[in-house]
Amino acid sequence: MDYNDLRHFADSWGLLFMTLVFIGVMAWAFRPAARKHHEDARMIPFREDEADQ
Amino acid sequence: MAFERHAKIERNVTILAVLTLITVMIGGLVQITPLFFLENTIEKVEGMRPYTPLELTGRNIYIREGCYTCHSQMIRPFRDEAERFGHYSLAAESMYDHPFQWGSKRTGPDLARVGGRYSDEWHVQHLTAPRKVVPESIMPSYAFLKDKVLDPRDIAAHLKANRTVGVPYSDEQIEHAIADLRAQANPMGDPTDLQRRYPKVQVRDFDGDPSRLTEMDALVAYLQMLGTLVDFDSYVPEQNRR
Amino acid sequence: MTAFLQSGIFLLFALMSLFMIATATQAGFAVHGVIILIASLLAFVTTLGRLKPATNGGWILQDHSNGGYDDAVIKAGLIATVFWGVVGMLVGVVIAAQLSFPVLNLGSEYTSFGRLRPLHTSGVIFAFGGNALIMTSFWVVQRTCRTRLFAPDLAWFVFWGYQLFIVLAATGYVMGITQSREYAEPEWYVDLWLTVVWVAYLAVFVGTIAKRREPHIYVANWFYLAFIITIAMLHIVNNLAVPAGFGPKSYSLFSGVQDALTQWWYGHNAVGFFLTAGFLGMMYYFVPKQANRPVYSYRLSIVHFWSLIFLYIWAGPHHLHYTALPDWAQTLGMVFSIMLWMPSWGGMINGLMTLEGAWDKIRTDPIIRMYVASLAFYGMSTFEGPLMSIRSVNGLSHYTDWTIGHVHSGALGWVGMVSFASIYFLAPRLFGASRVYSLRMINWHFWLAMAGITLYTASMWVAGIMQGLMWREFNAEGYLVYAFAEVVAAMHPYYLIRLLGGVLYLLGAVMMAYNVWMTARGRIRNEAPLDAGQPYNPDQDRPHQDKPLAPVSAGAQPAAAE
Repeated sequence: MDYNDLRHFADSWGLLFMTLVFIGVMAWAFRPAARKHHEDARMIPFREDEADQ
Repeated sequence: MAFERHAKIERNVTILAVLTLITVMIGGLVQITPLFFLENTIEKVEGMRPYTPLELTGRNIYIREGCYTCHSQMIRPFRDEAERFGHYSLAAESMYDHPFQWGSKRTGPDLARVGGRYSDEWHVQHLTAPRKVVPESIMPSYAFLKDKVLDPRDIAAHLKANRTVGVPYSDEQIEHAIADLRAQANPMGDPTDLQRRYPKVQVRDFDGDPSRLTEMDALVAYLQMLGTLVDFDSYVPEQNRR
Repeated sequence: MTAFLQSGIFLLFALMSLFMIATATQAGFAVHGVIILIASLLAFVTTLGRLKPATNGGWILQDHSNGGYDDAVIKAGLIATVFWGVVGMLVGVVIAAQLSFPVLNLGSEYTSFGRLRPLHTSGVIFAFGGNALIMTSFWVVQRTCRTRLFAPDLAWFVFWGYQLFIVLAATGYVMGITQSREYAEPEWYVDLWLTVVWVAYLAVFVGTIAKRREPHIYVANWFYLAFIITIAMLHIVNNLAVPAGFGPKSYSLFSGVQDALTQWWYGHNAVGFFLTAGFLGMMYYFVPKQANRPVYSYRLSIVHFWSLIFLYIWAGPHHLHYTALPDWAQTLGMVFSIMLWMPSWGGMINGLMTLEGAWDKIRTDPIIRMYVASLAFYGMSTFEGPLMSIRSVNGLSHYTDWTIGHVHSGALGWVGMVSFASIYFLAPRLFGASRVYSLRMINWHFWLAMAGITLYTASMWVAGIMQGLMWREFNAEGYLVYAFAEVVAAMHPYYLIRLLGGVLYLLGAVMMAYNVWMTARGRIRNEAPLDAGQPYNPDQDRPHQDKPLAPVSAGAQPAAAE
């Protein structure tokens, strides 16, 4: 394996893999079902102030 | 019920940790590992050899004093750097450097090819009182090196450790490490064996005080060999495209 | 039984240190042996007598949390952070003075620039920054998991073990024990010790998350976790070395070009994961808390996290542009560094927009003002960084003081300010005071720091560009215009301005130390009131007991203090 083989791999399969992973992460973060989950999670730092009230 | 929830939670933090580790490993694997097996990472040139025991000792003093915090040893392929410091540095020139000393800051000039540019006396005076030689200099004084007598007891262990990490020191070189260290700074002795073991070695008293073997001897010996090994007639840029 | 086992281990360490002292051929190695001997004997006595600092630390470490969270170790961490911060910045001022007036090197090997410079960098990054990260992570992980620390004794071991690491590293530099790997200078045995401490830290942190009472792991903990895991990986790989006999000196496993890339893979990600990811964890908890508003977008924080940790690790080769590193690696480093701009600004926007609807707090609340300034500096440095990673720009900036200015806009502006603000947030809560001793003094600290950063970065920017241009200037006859020494002389006025900036920044830190000290003593300065943020109620700041959590309705906001 030399430099050119690596370069061809990076230009094709490597690029495809990274694009898919990027799309996957974005889809995962922005999936509509997660909205409630995220709203819940962002309140965590304040929850300590509420439970005992 | 409680057990199920606990198991699920544990799995989540484990998954998070493992995914994180995988994510941060990719970049390093892709960038660093090819450097070890791609054949053209290090240029094919002639002249490189391991450091002599005295040069290695000097190099360790260079490291100990933090010289790398102000001096680089990596000349870039620019016209001004070629003019000022010489031919751009090759990867081959630091192939036996554990660790590398390329540096990151030039508060002082690059030292990759400082060897042979100045006399030993210049180096000793400059290290002793920098501003007496270069009025604009802001370098600290290293006068104390002249009074520190070298203790060569451990030098064979240092060569051995270097061999463990890949520097091709021979059994003979390790066996004669202490003698070689003394011989390089002794102009009265017979340097034939030393010269055979380390081609192009410079043999003389470096610090101007033949009566003692000091850290100044070692440091100047190291500075005077920097950039002097590679035979640039054997370097063909077109064959070393990377 | 465990106490017996623990003290046995420390006794073993004491014996090992005796061996170090007995066999040392170098004075520095023997001194380290003595330090380890003292530390292990103290640890031996403490564990054997069960005199835990948590219960027997005097008034300063007294637990004010009413049996709630494990806060005593955080209190110790806060004190250590302030102490090391002042020490590290003081050494910075000293070496800045040495560059202006070389006579201040004093001619002694122990006080020369080359030995003090690592003392400064490690002092501010690992002693100040590291303690700030460890103590805030212990605070944040308990609060966001609503549970006490997993293995609080181990947390104390992390604290004291880390301080021992700092002392060994610092004394080593002064005595010339160094690997010469920037930001990883400590020698092999100190590295091994840090590895042990770091594994303990990971265990405490992950253990606490594992026993949490919240279903979700809050995003601040993701950043802290990535910081801990990645630093472990970087530390181990970058410090692979073979010692020469049984002595302090070791030789790196790698050489030349491979060694250089390994080191800068480490070096850049010490910035990326120590000084960025860790402090982003801090930001994602403390900015919402002080502003009393949830983070602007949680999904942005998720994208921020994954893209930041994925991209950062590739950026190392931009430290090696135009060197003997193969071009393909340099190009990869440049491309990923430029891409890194996006997640960095995503994080900055997420932090700043958390203040949406409460922008007036920047005017009224000095702690919020510090957080906003730190985010602004984060944004500026993470814009400048990608710019400097472009090969042609780097051709000018590399080896010059521009790099120093860039580092300090990030370090003084982002890391320093976010840490100071978090210290001011924590001090009254940890010491059981109703507020910080003086909010007016926070104001003073803020403006001193801002003035200091401005002088520092502006002078270094000008100095660096000037240096780069002077080095490469040719005259009509084709000769270099300036000798190297002339360029050194031209730097003098800028080094003086930098020194002044550093002094101002240090003054602010000293003021903070006084403010924290008075807060710890329970004093409240009589002064015209300022907005101190939300009042602290220790009775509510407790681990979740076995009550079911009240479900939080979507979109609920805490009442903002109007």
